Amino acid sequence: MSFEAPLETTKGNIHEVEIGAGRKVGGETTFPFHLWEGEMPNSPLIAMEVYDEPQSGWPEAVRKVYEDVMDDPVAWARKCQDEFGADAICLQLGSIDPNGTDASADSAAETVKKVAAALDIPVIVYGTGSPDKDAEVLKKIAEATSGAGSPIGPVDDSNFRLVGAAAMGYKNPVIAFTSMDVNLAKQLNVLMTQLGVPEDKIIVDPTTGALGYGLDYCYSIMERDRLAALVQNDAKMQMPIFNNLAPETWKAKEAKVSEEEEPTFGDVETRGILWEAVTATTLLLCGTDILVMRHPQAVTLVRAAIEGLQAQSKEKVAS
Amino acid sequence: MALSGLQIFKLLAKTNCKECGFPTCMAFAMQLAAGKAELDQCPYVSDEAKAALGEASAPPVRKVTVGAGDLAVTVGEETVMYRHEKRFENMPGLGVLITEDMDDAQVSSLLGTLKEQQFNYVGRTLRPRVAAIKAADAGRLAALAAKADAESGAALVLMHDDAAALKAAAEPLKDKKPLLYAATEANFDAVAAVAKELDVPFAIKADTLGALADLGQKALDMDFKEVVLDPSSATLGDVLQDQTLIRRAAIKKTFRALGFPTIGFPCLMTDDRLLEIVYASVFITKYAGIVILSDLDPARTLPLLYLGQNIYTDPQKPMQMDQGVYPINDPTADSPILVTTNFSLTYFTVSSEVEASKVPAWLVIMDVEGQSVLTAWAAGKFVADAIAPFLKKSGIEEKAPHKKIIIPGYVAQISGELEEELGDGWEVQVGVREAADIPKFLRQWSAN
Repeated sequence: MSFEAPLETTKGNIHEVEIGAGRKVGGETTFPFHLWEGEMPNSPLIAMEVYDEPQSGWPEAVRKVYEDVMDDPVAWARKCQDEFGADAICLQLGSIDPNGTDASADSAAETVKKVAAALDIPVIVYGTGSPDKDAEVLKKIAEATSGAGSPIGPVDDSNFRLVGAAAMGYKNPVIAFTSMDVNLAKQLNVLMTQLGVPEDKIIVDPTTGALGYGLDYCYSIMERDRLAALVQNDAKMQMPIFNNLAPETWKAKEAKVSEEEEPTFGDVETRGILWEAVTATTLLLCGTDILVMRHPQAVTLVRAAIEGLQAQSKEKVAS
Repeated sequence: MALSGLQIFKLLAKTNCKECGFPTCMAFAMQLAAGKAELDQCPYVSDEAKAALGEASAPPVRKVTVGAGDLAVTVGEETVMYRHEKRFENMPGLGVLITEDMDDAQVSSLLGTLKEQQFNYVGRTLRPRVAAIKAADAGRLAALAAKADAESGAALVLMHDDAAALKAAAEPLKDKKPLLYAATEANFDAVAAVAKELDVPFAIKADTLGALADLGQKALDMDFKEVVLDPSSATLGDVLQDQTLIRRAAIKKTFRALGFPTIGFPCLMTDDRLLEIVYASVFITKYAGIVILSDLDPARTLPLLYLGQNIYTDPQKPMQMDQGVYPINDPTADSPILVTTNFSLTYFTVSSEVEASKVPAWLVIMDVEGQSVLTAWAAGKFVADAIAPFLKKSGIEEKAPHKKIIIPGYVAQISGELEEELGDGWEVQVGVREAADIPKFLRQWSAN
């Protein structure tokens, strides 16, 4: 019996979404990196995260990288763009948390404007997951970034009307957040398109679990998302996927516990970097389009993984 | 191609003799149909049934065991492309490459690590298990193999182009089932003969999947079952492509010539020790059976071992924590007590927030078969008359006798009933709904 490569073609494709600064995400016509049987016109994007207020309690491996810019989001974003070659910035609006600083929408919008003005790369703006506050702030952000095409989120089933309307008005893509469930993800996309948000203005955040902390759930949900989009050609599932993995990864005990406390775990810095890089690489294999990352060395590794995955000897299939 | 359980049952002896290890012929037939049993397990199978079933009954990816004893690695037996369709069966075996260039102390140190290194994660012990031995000198190969066996008991992969060298190294250890690596177009007959004589598994290696399939077919024609594939992928993209197409051919086309587990060597693909781990993670996520690294530094093996567990855990059985009292941040008798369910994600999320709060606390985890708080409440498992007796038996009273417990905000409605069930001075406080709000809650909490 001679071998014939079993190729699979798909019926659907992922929408291509413009995210500002001339960049696009999505557009895949095949499973992640299956370049031997389909197209992946846009490489997955690595967005490095920047916070709008200093962060405490970070593991040393990442704290020392950003300690000089922690209190200046513009300098922080510039560092990611100029030194680390970030494809995009994800500005995490930690300051607006009602249980924290509870900063006003105006002050957040001011920061976003300053950061965006200082950069040549796209800026993604992300709230704290408090639906009411996020809605109030994201409306302002849409106005403040009018025309720049910055994706804003998270938007959930309780605030999508408020944020969706503003995003439509100012032409921002929205990031629709659901909690680890394929059906809920689809339902929110249906609600948003019914509201009038165009399909190519929606990116989805399916919830990201770090390695050892729910990555298995996240992996299978994303695989099922992509099967629905590509094989079943379900238009309400054909959105690019956004994974906010940095906060999850660097919260994992294994990424931060010192070698003194866990002598069998080995060097903490290596471990932290690999925790983030391995989580990100696994997400590449189940369909991510935007990875939000923190450690520059993990970013370098994941960029190498993307380039490695794109390097395929096509003639093999024909052999 | 594939026969249903019922179709297979009709071809069996129907005596329910149980000698196959299953209670009835029907049960055996169902397992055959699912690719979870082999026809050979039935001593009474007729030649006619064999011919009819042979093709249909073997698992699409053959089971291969390398090594013997505690560190033996069983791979293969896979039946799906996507883990959510059923589950992935056998976690990849992780190992280290030992070469003749290493000095004795270095080899002993690696073998010592293989023997000792293990991590506990959600109730499972995870560890590297494989030593791949590579030496151009045949005598050195045999000596290193013997040393590796004696000092670590690891599953062995013996690497050489020459069948005689492989035989010399494998023969004294043949009961330990070392994997001979590798038969190629050039040496297939000789290596296969050694594998047959010693009754050990062997790997086949070729530069294209077509050539690999030709070797696989040769092995099948000679009635070999324990074969491991190396498609010699040159780039990471080729790894993805080769592993995917091999698995797809086996599962979707029942293409037997590639219906075997694979072995991969990320250690030979890059000199960057961190990038090697990223490469290895692609092998592990995408179907590889045995993955060989250049060292066993725990900071590098830990993420890969966790990844193997994550990908190979059964998606239909939620990962569960053991029931019990978990101390966080060195709690004392006056520290707050939080009660929640044993769904692993619930535990991970809550424990990491409690940890982040820096507030010493007791986390009491109740076994509700791995369900989340709301699901378990709806199923009647995380309710007052179940929680009360559990708490009393949990031993928390001895550790923190203040009798004030905090329940998840999502089950606020059970607080009154739970207080009644507990009786005798217990106080039930309603906590927050979202784990992210735990630090603030705990910082404001006081026992009085």
